[in-house]
Parts: sequence; C-alpha cells; structure tokens
Amino acid sequence: MSQYMLLVYEEEVDPAVQAERERELPVFVELHRSLREAGLLVGVQRLHSVQSATSVRVRDGQTEITDGPFAVTKELLAGYYILECADLDEALQQAARLPMAPWATIEVRPVMAADEWLRVAREAGVDLPDEAVQYLA
Amino acid sequence: MTRDAQPADPVSAAVAGAFRDERAIVLAALIRQVGDFQLAEDAVQDAFEAAVTVWRRDGVPANPGAWITTAARRRAIDRLRRNRSVADRAERLAELKRLDAQHMEPPMDDESTIVDDRLRLVFTCCHPALEMPARVALTLRALGGMTTGEIARAFLVAEPTMGKRIVRAKRKIADAHIPYRVPADEELPDRLRGVLRVVYLIFNEGYAATEGDRLVREELCNEAIRLGELLCRLMPDDPEVWGLLALMLLHDARRAARVDPSGRYVALDAQDRSLWDQDRIREGLAKLERAVRLRSPGEYQLQAAITALQIQAPDAEATDWAQIAELYGALGRLNPSPVVELNRAVAVGLAAGPAAGLELLEPLLGDPALERYQPLYAAHAELLSRGGDAEGAARAYERAIALSANAVERAELERRLGALR
Repeated sequence: MSQYMLLVYEEEVDPAVQAERERELPVFVELHRSLREAGLLVGVQRLHSVQSATSVRVRDGQTEITDGPFAVTKELLAGYYILECADLDEALQQAARLPMAPWATIEVRPVMAADEWLRVAREAGVDLPDEAVQYLA
Repeated sequence: MTRDAQPADPVSAAVAGAFRDERAIVLAALIRQVGDFQLAEDAVQDAFEAAVTVWRRDGVPANPGAWITTAARRRAIDRLRRNRSVADRAERLAELKRLDAQHMEPPMDDESTIVDDRLRLVFTCCHPALEMPARVALTLRALGGMTTGEIARAFLVAEPTMGKRIVRAKRKIADAHIPYRVPADEELPDRLRGVLRVVYLIFNEGYAATEGDRLVREELCNEAIRLGELLCRLMPDDPEVWGLLALMLLHDARRAARVDPSGRYVALDAQDRSLWDQDRIREGLAKLERAVRLRSPGEYQLQAAITALQIQAPDAEATDWAQIAELYGALGRLNPSPVVELNRAVAVGLAAGPAAGLELLEPLLGDPALERYQPLYAAHAELLSRGGDAEGAARAYERAIALSANAVERAELERRLGALR
C-alpha cells in the first residue's frame, strides 16, 4: 500500500453558489463514511477561505509575515504540516521555524473544525444530525 | 454620531460624548468577554443606537459609560444566543450573564484592566497578518472611533470598498484565530514597531497628501496624534512611543505654513515661521525630552530630534547642521537607507562645506534605488554650485528637472538653474 495526497483546488464563488455547494454535505458524509470503512481514508480536512491565509517567509534571518495566500509563481507544493496551536501567532512562529522557511514560503491556513463545517451546511439549509460530524473529518 | 457632527440637543451631545470617550473602552472589554470582534462591535453599535432613544425618553443616565457597558453586554448576550459560530459559546454566555447579574450599575473595571484591554485591541488591529490598509482602518474605527464612511473619505476610496476591507479583516481575525492579547515579551518590540508604523502612516496620510478634503485630512492627523497620546498612556516606558508622538506634534505644528494661500507646497526654509503653532512645538519638545530621558534611542526619536533642531533655529543659516548630520548618521546605523544617507550628505555639506558633502553624496549616484530620485540630483546640483562647479551643477539641475513631477518644484529648480548662468 502507498499513501497519496489528493489536493483540492477550487474557485471562490459568490455566496448563493457557495450555499448550493454547502448543501452537498450529505454526499460528503456518505463518501467519507465509505472511504473510512474501506480503510482508505487517512485524513481529510476542510480549510477556511483563502481570505484567512497568511504567508510566512524567513529571509536574512528576518521573519516576514504577509496577509494573503502564497502567490503561485514557479514554486511548487512540496509537502504539508498540520499543527495544533493555541492561535495564529503560535502557528506563525512554528512556520518560521521550519528548516525550509529560508528558501520556501509557508502558507498558513486555518482548518475548519468539523462542527463548523456542519453548521455552515445547516445555515445553507441542509438537515443532518450532529453525528454527521464524526464521519466528516 | 461622529466627533465632528454638531449635536443639536443635549441628548445627542451626551451620546456623542459617550461615543468619543467610552466606545473604545467598552468595545475593548466586550471583545475580550465575547471572544468575537464583529459580534462585540455590533453589540456596542446597538447600545449606542438604543441610547439615542432611551436617553431621550428617560433622560441621560448619571454614568453614561456604565449604561453603555450594560446595554452592550445585554445586546451581546442576545446576539450570542442567536450566533452559533462563536467558539466557546456556552462558556461566554454564562460569563456574560454572570457579569450582568452582578449589578445593575456594573462595577467599572479597574484602571489596569482598561489599559490591558485597550492594548489587546491595539495589537489585534495592527496584527502583521492583516493587510496594511485593513490595519489602518481597523485602528481608526475601533480605537479612534471614526466611522467607515469617514475613513473611506479620508483615504479617498468608496465606502463599500472600505466596508468590505473591514469586514474581511474581522473575518480573518475570527477564522484564523488572531489572538486578542498583548504579545509576549520576546515578540513585543517587533510588534510595537508595527503598531507605531500604523499610527505614523495614518499621520502621514493626513499630512503629506495635498489632494482631498483638507478638513478630513486634518482629522486624520489629529486622530493619529490622539492615538499617539493613547499609546503614551498605555506604554509610558517605551521611548519610541514618546518619540513618535513628539515627531507628529513637531510636524503638525507647521501644518498651516506648509501650504501657501494658493494651495502650493512650501519647503521648510521658505515657510512663514509666524504661522507655526508654538504651543504644539513646546508640546512636541516636551515629549521628545521625555523620550530622551528613557535613554534608548530609536528611529522616531532621532527624526523628532532632527525636526526639533530645524524648528528651533531662527533660520536655515543658523541651524546646527553638524548635529543634524550626526543624528542622520545614527539614524542610518539603526535603519540603513540611501535616503537617510543623502540627508546626511546634505547636512554635512551645510556644516562642513560642499566638498565634504560631495564626498558622501557621490557614491549614492551609483545606487540603483536612487536612480530616479529627484532630490538626489537637486542636492548634487546645490553642492556643485556652492563648490563653484557651475557646469556640473547645470547638468545635475537638468537631471533633477527631468525627474520632477511637480510643477512648483520644477519652477524652483529652473530658477536655480537660470541663476547659474
């Protein structure tokens, strides 16, 4: 067996279209459940909107923090970390400690908690029981 | 409900007064209690709207700040009941209800809690993970009490654009969990420098630009100075906080003399000194003295000291250029920049003669960062002319004229070029 990472890219859309997408949640719950039962699912997490992204670089020993996602140029995604931190400041500090921070850019994105994912879908009109959370992420 | 509105009746005046004096304090405490910037701000807004109606009906309360605190807290409880997205919602609600049950007139927080809350608010609004325009807007709104419309007008952008910027920033604070706290000791110097930069940027936006509504821009300068004063109250042991306030006051003292009656910019040595605000100058010098007593120089203190020397001299001739050159040297060591080096060269040229100035300036002519920097060529021309090299001076003036974007400035350079011949 080998592990694979599936990276999901999507455009940010207006609230009406987004609400439509949120209403797909039962399909996600079902899929995640079946992947889990088949022993295929190692982990899945939804990220908050790219609007909440912060980029960290270390250059000449100085930590540079900028609002916004990493602007795609010639650098390519090389890996990821998931850290449990008290708040954004701790996450940024840890990002600056990564050995590749002097040559790479670390995009720091908050993970959306499963119960928030469920809440957002409910606001868009989905009716799902609280238990759905355990299958989601 | 803004500070420049002229209240027509005592109730409006009382609401406006409470808005000016209490809003930031109430907001800062409520954000800590509810853990959500947007919700706290909405609740405070609700409370002020309610005050207009209730105070008109029942009279202005004896303690408007306490009334607003209680009203905002109750609105926050209502909003928190309806809003499921806030983290630790149940605990927050319990705490708010406990506070509400304590007393009808809540015991006001003690002075150190108020100070801490306001510092938390300052550092959150100026967090480096927010884009700079959002830091400026949040700071003006949350701490300065300007409305979104006023900030939009001051920065010459449409109100909906500014509104979106603020909403987005508050959303990021919530989603990314930007902490609501004063940074730890090891981060503090860096983060404080970021806060000072936001305040100075607000000041410069009001001071440097000549376009836009003059009153609105003056309001920005005043707001920046008020923020500077607030920071001095909150962090009285930091010399740079005092240095920044001194610098802003010393610049602001010359505001009336910076522009002539036809709206044109007037350089320092051509300014009508009788238009300078002597009270403001005295105030600025006192703040600078306070900063210097803390014995830890920094960039704002040095800039304030340079400005102070220029202001205190009766004219350009009698200015202590040797000391100014030394201060620019110290500023350059702290914060190396070719522009600071150019200013040092000019000061040395005035203190020790054109040859000494040229010796420092000439290496800068090869600096790519200054390739299109008009003041470099104007200063070069001036030094060459004073050193007797009319031909070299003429070439440098021509270069400066070609790079000048400003008609008044260009006319002045052309006059000097003409005087060479």
